[in-house]
Amino acid sequence: MLKPIRRALALDANLLQLVVLALFVFALMTALVPDKFLRPYNLISITYIAPELGLLSIAMMVAMLTGGIDLSVIGIANLGGILAGLFFHAYGGAHGAGLAAMGALPVGAGIAIAVATGLIAGAANGLLIARLRVTPILATLGSGQVFTGIALVLTGGPAIVGFPDGWTMIGNGAIAGIAVPLLVLLALAGAVALLLGRTSFGISLILIGTNPKAAVFAGLKTRRALLLTYVLTGGLASVAGIILSGRTNAAKSDYGISYLLQAVLIAVLGGTDPAGGRGSVAGVIVALLALMLLASGMQLMRFSNFLVDAVWGVFLLASIALNAWRTRPR
Amino acid sequence: MSFLSLRRSETVIALVLIAAMVLIGLINPAFWSLSNLFSLARSNVIVGLMALGVLMVMISGGIDVSFPAFAVAAMYLTIRAMLAWDWHGVIGPFALATAIGFALGLVNAFFVSRLRMIPLIVTLGTAAAVRGGLLGLVGTSQINIDRMPQALIDFGNTTLITRAGPGGTHFGLSAMIVVYLLAALLVHFFLTHTLLGRGVYALGSAAEAARRVGFNPTVIVFAVYGLAGALAGFAGLLHGSMIWLANPRDFVGVELDVIAAVVLGGASIFGGRGSVLGTLLGVFMLVMVSNSLILMHIATTWQRIVVGGIIIIATTATALRDRRQIV
Repeated sequence: MLKPIRRALALDANLLQLVVLALFVFALMTALVPDKFLRPYNLISITYIAPELGLLSIAMMVAMLTGGIDLSVIGIANLGGILAGLFFHAYGGAHGAGLAAMGALPVGAGIAIAVATGLIAGAANGLLIARLRVTPILATLGSGQVFTGIALVLTGGPAIVGFPDGWTMIGNGAIAGIAVPLLVLLALAGAVALLLGRTSFGISLILIGTNPKAAVFAGLKTRRALLLTYVLTGGLASVAGIILSGRTNAAKSDYGISYLLQAVLIAVLGGTDPAGGRGSVAGVIVALLALMLLASGMQLMRFSNFLVDAVWGVFLLASIALNAWRTRPR
Repeated sequence: MSFLSLRRSETVIALVLIAAMVLIGLINPAFWSLSNLFSLARSNVIVGLMALGVLMVMISGGIDVSFPAFAVAAMYLTIRAMLAWDWHGVIGPFALATAIGFALGLVNAFFVSRLRMIPLIVTLGTAAAVRGGLLGLVGTSQINIDRMPQALIDFGNTTLITRAGPGGTHFGLSAMIVVYLLAALLVHFFLTHTLLGRGVYALGSAAEAARRVGFNPTVIVFAVYGLAGALAGFAGLLHGSMIWLANPRDFVGVELDVIAAVVLGGASIFGGRGSVLGTLLGVFMLVMVSNSLILMHIATTWQRIVVGGIIIIATTATALRDRRQIV
């Protein structure tokens, strides 16, 4: 009975299930905290908080598509923000008008610094994984420590506070009433979806993840594709870092550590197979929406942050169990 | 003399270790002082106990990042139980902490073995659930020395040798090093002299072949994750007794140090390779380098770069060693 609807919406079973989950969470939270949850303020604040996590989750999904994982995304995001922040402080002074009212050119240079940091860091991961054949888990675990370590050495520990107005616009601004971070997320999500679905690069990633050996025998340049994968995840992570530091007007070496688990959770819940070969941007976005609604509802019900973390963990395990049950051999 | 062959990773690590000790000693002779060596030995205990668990998991072809959460849960729950029930003693509490860790390890095993999920994802999930649950449901307050059970403090404070330091102070070689080496011996015996232990290597080398010759992969996976959890639970309570306080936020990020040490010790993440001796050397190397940064006049902010660098260098070395055909 659902078949025609599914065909009409071009949704697969997994995506449909996620949409139902998101609607269920929305209905549940509306029922539990009706007065606060539906307030425009609450829903609008989600459009500011969710995008940075969404970008990290898309990055995680892309790495998982090839059968890998990128555990260094948080380190890259923070390092990019910190390097840009150091540049702004060196260029316009640590505070005052020189910093706040910085022109478009230096702000653009800061963005270029952050994104370049992400691309270079990603290329370093890619070289380790594609050339030296280090497993993605250990390569990115180690490199993530190095990126965080560099950020720590550069700042000495405390946060870099104070960014130009142009930069904080990216995290806090709105264009035509829509949050800038959300626009950035939608633009990049669309670009990644096109890249994965409509280019030979995207198809080759899925083939590599499905069967790496067959991909080599089929004549695909798997090393180059793997290298570019981690350059892409590094780039996405650095944009997440720009939004994070823009939203909080600060950059620190240990911001957003809990995002790592959440990004993995959203990618897995979004139908990505961590063993490779399966995953979609649409799934990640719907999973992100469901979990942000859940987190927001829990916060309104005054759950402690620790309990929210615990619920994320339980949710990850539950989604694994559900997937195993759904794909069980009959 | 196969033992001294450079083909053995243990020999290579031992040579690197000796070279590093000589180098650190040249930069700062205080490295060779008895008090520094004693404190170095002491610092090996907790990381080393956890590393033994991770070693078994890695040989079986898996990975575990949940053990620090299990360790802290076992420690905090046990000490809270001791305070609540006015419970004294040493063996009982350690048995409880080990059992808590073992039970949590079995949860990992269930997801990995029965639901066929990638170990990293499973253990990320259990780690968050356990740590978040502990802090959110049990409590966030630290139990300080004034409320810590005296028996545990006395046990953790046992020394083998005591020397008088400057100014009337005393320092000694912690007896916990014996506990650690005993555990290492047991794990070594398990891995090399029991059928189940050989099965761990067999499963990690070639899962299908292991199944066909009659090893039961389910039993092996449950044993490995259960033992890793048990070692973590034991190490958690031992850590509490050695530092005289129980902090439910402890052990954050320890998984990186431990995994770095195990990889440095020559274990392969693809499974099938690794030894207790290599792990002992890897742990010593890692602890020595991070403890000696101050002795070498390097700011401690560099520690993360050093640990991350060690992971990258060690994994690159093992990847080159284990280089496989085509992919």
